[in-house]
Amino acid sequence: MGKIWSYNPGLPCAEPEIVEKETDILLVGGGMACCGAAVEAVRWAKPAGLRVTLVDKAALERSGAVAMGLSAINTYIGENKPDDYVRMVRCDLMGIIREDLSFDVGRHVDDTVMAFEDWGLPIWKTTEDGKTIDGAEAKAKGLTLRAGAKPVRSGRWQIMINGESYKCIVAEAAKNAMEQLGENGEIIERCFIVRPLMDANEPNRCCGGVGFSVRENKLYIIKAKATLIATGGAVNIFRPRSIAEGQGRAWYPVWNPGSGYAMVLMSGGKLVLMENRFVPARFKDGYGPVGAWFLLFKARATNAFDEDYIAKHKGELEKFKPYSEASVIGTCLRNHAMLIEMKEGRGPIYIHTEWALQEAMKTMDKKEFKKLEAEAWEDFLDMCVTQAGLWACLNIEPEKVPSEIMPTEPYFLGSHAGCAGAWCCGPDEDWVPDQYKEPWKEIGLYNRMTTVKGMFCAGDTVGACGHKFSSGSHVEGRIAAKAMVKFCLDNKDYNPTPKESPEELKKEIYAPWYRFEQYKEATTVYEVNPNYLLPKQIQARLMKLMDEYVAGIATYYQTNKVMLERGLELLTMLKEDMQKAAARDLHELMRAWENIHRVWTAEAHLRHVLFREETRYPGYYYRADFPNIDDENWKCFTLSSIDPETGEWKMEKFPYVQIIPDPLGP
Amino acid sequence: MPSYVNPEKCDGCKGGEKTACMYICPNDLMILDTEAMKAYNQEPDQCWECYSCVKICPQGAISVRHYADFSPLGGTCQPMRGTTDIMWTIKFRNGVVKRFKFPIRTTPEGEADPTLGKPDPDLSAIGDNRLFTEVADNVTPAVPEAVAWK
Ligand SMILES: Cc1cc2nc3c(=O)[nH]c(=O)nc-3n(C[C@H](O)[C@H](O)[C@H](O)COP(=O)(O)OP(=O)(O)OC[C@H]3O[C@@H](n4cnc5c(N)ncnc54)[C@H](O)[C@@H]3O)c2cc1C
Ligand code: SF4
Ligand code: SF4
Repeated sequence: MGKIWSYNPGLPCAEPEIVEKETDILLVGGGMACCGAAVEAVRWAKPAGLRVTLVDKAALERSGAVAMGLSAINTYIGENKPDDYVRMVRCDLMGIIREDLSFDVGRHVDDTVMAFEDWGLPIWKTTEDGKTIDGAEAKAKGLTLRAGAKPVRSGRWQIMINGESYKCIVAEAAKNAMEQLGENGEIIERCFIVRPLMDANEPNRCCGGVGFSVRENKLYIIKAKATLIATGGAVNIFRPRSIAEGQGRAWYPVWNPGSGYAMVLMSGGKLVLMENRFVPARFKDGYGPVGAWFLLFKARATNAFDEDYIAKHKGELEKFKPYSEASVIGTCLRNHAMLIEMKEGRGPIYIHTEWALQEAMKTMDKKEFKKLEAEAWEDFLDMCVTQAGLWACLNIEPEKVPSEIMPTEPYFLGSHAGCAGAWCCGPDEDWVPDQYKEPWKEIGLYNRMTTVKGMFCAGDTVGACGHKFSSGSHVEGRIAAKAMVKFCLDNKDYNPTPKESPEELKKEIYAPWYRFEQYKEATTVYEVNPNYLLPKQIQARLMKLMDEYVAGIATYYQTNKVMLERGLELLTMLKEDMQKAAARDLHELMRAWENIHRVWTAEAHLRHVLFREETRYPGYYYRADFPNIDDENWKCFTLSSIDPETGEWKMEKFPYVQIIPDPLGP
Repeated sequence: MPSYVNPEKCDGCKGGEKTACMYICPNDLMILDTEAMKAYNQEPDQCWECYSCVKICPQGAISVRHYADFSPLGGTCQPMRGTTDIMWTIKFRNGVVKRFKFPIRTTPEGEADPTLGKPDPDLSAIGDNRLFTEVADNVTPAVPEAVAWK
């Protein structure tokens, strides 16, 4: 048949070669957390004679959320106490976090930040006369964190960096580490992991992962004693504000589709606080970060009539005491005040970059001001070039005019200002309450192990432990990796035996391509075929229904029981249709599985929002039928899991235990 | 298209096994048309405009035309990334041009030492709460100052 399809084929699919591998420690991902895990795992694995394999769907050098770079490290304890770090996280996340996990991050994180600097990351410093210098100049002058030099704080916990190559540097250290293992270490790039392998003989035990190469037709079956799932957060589950090309400009990285959350569910593990989402207020459309503008450049935000909306709604925010009383009001509550203004027609909301810079100009000479201007642009150029581009396209000079800000579509993440993720074990120490150890007594207390034996998480995939950011994710990967080595040593004789045969796995994973081949001739346009859905079509349906029923932008983030139940009916039909996903090439095979991961993540979110009958995170979403915070009934964790045999969902409450004494916030 | 390839400059990475842009894109978007020996972005509406491909292309063949659904034409950001610095040229729609230069790393490429100069740890420490660096430096990790539940 001649070419009548409007389709540019990607790399062709063909019958895949089956590649079976066996290792001790499998690291799935290649972002901040996995790079940390590689560095730590290798150090212990070498003397222990263990093998380590790292698999990333992309190229380590620029994969994950830090691909573009960052302009700040958001977790550096420095002169603070880890106890206060926990208070800050607890307060921002409305009182419910696993303080054992958070404290563990806080007490180790500076070690990792200093390593970044050793490896070559430029970190800004304050000189003795109070001037700010960039990281390269500082290093040349011998001003390093290890030598006691003062970093430039943009907030109490954040330090500024010249971070364009942040990921390249961190990945380089991880690669160099893996190399030291010789033939016991392997990195496989461009391999998309579809799901964990479960043990044939022991239910609730993970024995590796299965995936495929997006470059050549190879199916990877990787057997392992311990598996780390560190695949980042979940993006484009909700209909984004942009409608066409701009859909790729999500605030969080568009390539992280929630694989980790889906994989935990698929293997019978438990997720925690999946109702928590992050809806950041960002520069409109370009999604440029606002942190440095508020904290470093002291910009103020107002409604269209120059009113300070936070001050204006002080009374309203008091409804959410004690969370509204902290020295820094919770991120979601600031959104709440902004949303009132938008809903009542007093938008757009402006961030007054021009007031901030003009104020600065008064006390600065020309050269100093030029430097400040460069710093402001660098903030975008290091981690959100689109925003710089958008300013250029709109002729916006920030010293002259304000810019619009707006809350984005919702995202899921466990490392940034959110806490959705897997329910994991913490450190096995005296100060950790017994309640937090109980769930792991049977399978073993290994730090960051999920409720599935042998399966660990780190970074965005760990729940109830937000505000780790890039540095905290890296160190959490290190913490998990050490525990994984211990797990392997304690399970020396374990022989991973996957439930399914290689042939069965191949059929399952290549199913979308087989389906396409089977049905492609039923139509003259590939895109419209009654026998299958293409990945984009699955995604569009998911985004629309999540937007309309599960508190997306369409309803100003509001929902209720009836809407959620209707949403679940529609989602259930989408799940049935998902069995008919089709893929025309390797790229689409990956997209098909990514969207399947999105749908699993979406369902977990929907069910958690339905289960929690209160509005815990006003400004992120509202249960219109339960509009208040209800500490009496809901100051607890919510856990979800699926019975792998029956497919039935189970929702539970789990008591929250306060470890770090009051006050609530620092 | 968010990222796009100038056909006059792209040489298909001289027909190498893998092209630089294809190697680097975190979202698997860049692909080589092996007949034309030119690269293209196969799914522009999934491009994050992360500039990884722009920065790595040895021919300087890749640019970004910002998202059509909200960016008026004409504004551009073009980087030149060296081994220690990056130079940005920002052109406004109205012709204003700004240039910025920022450091990107302070060590020679390839030399990040994962051991941080520490010896391999003793396996007897595998059960405690110290990372390998903390074992080497004899650091005892903190515990909370006070514990509310006790
Ligand atoms: C715009 C933006 C601004 C930010 N600003 C800051 C800041 O200023 N300071 C700060 O400290 N932090 C910041 N962060 C947060 C920081 O980037 C994250 O906390 C951190 O990257 C999380 O690490 P991770 O390893 O969990 O995920 P990631 O770094 O995202 O890594 C996930 C990895 O998993 C891989 N992967 C995904 N799915 C699969 C699969 N199925 N199979 C195989 N591999 C897979 C990906 O390719 C990637 O390598 C920012 C993030 C963004 C997006
Ligand atoms: S990296 Fe540049 S030269 Fe090489 S294929 Fe891509 S666009 Fe062409
Ligand atoms: S800008 Fe980034 S996401 Fe877009 S094609 Fe280039 S590397 Fe891929």
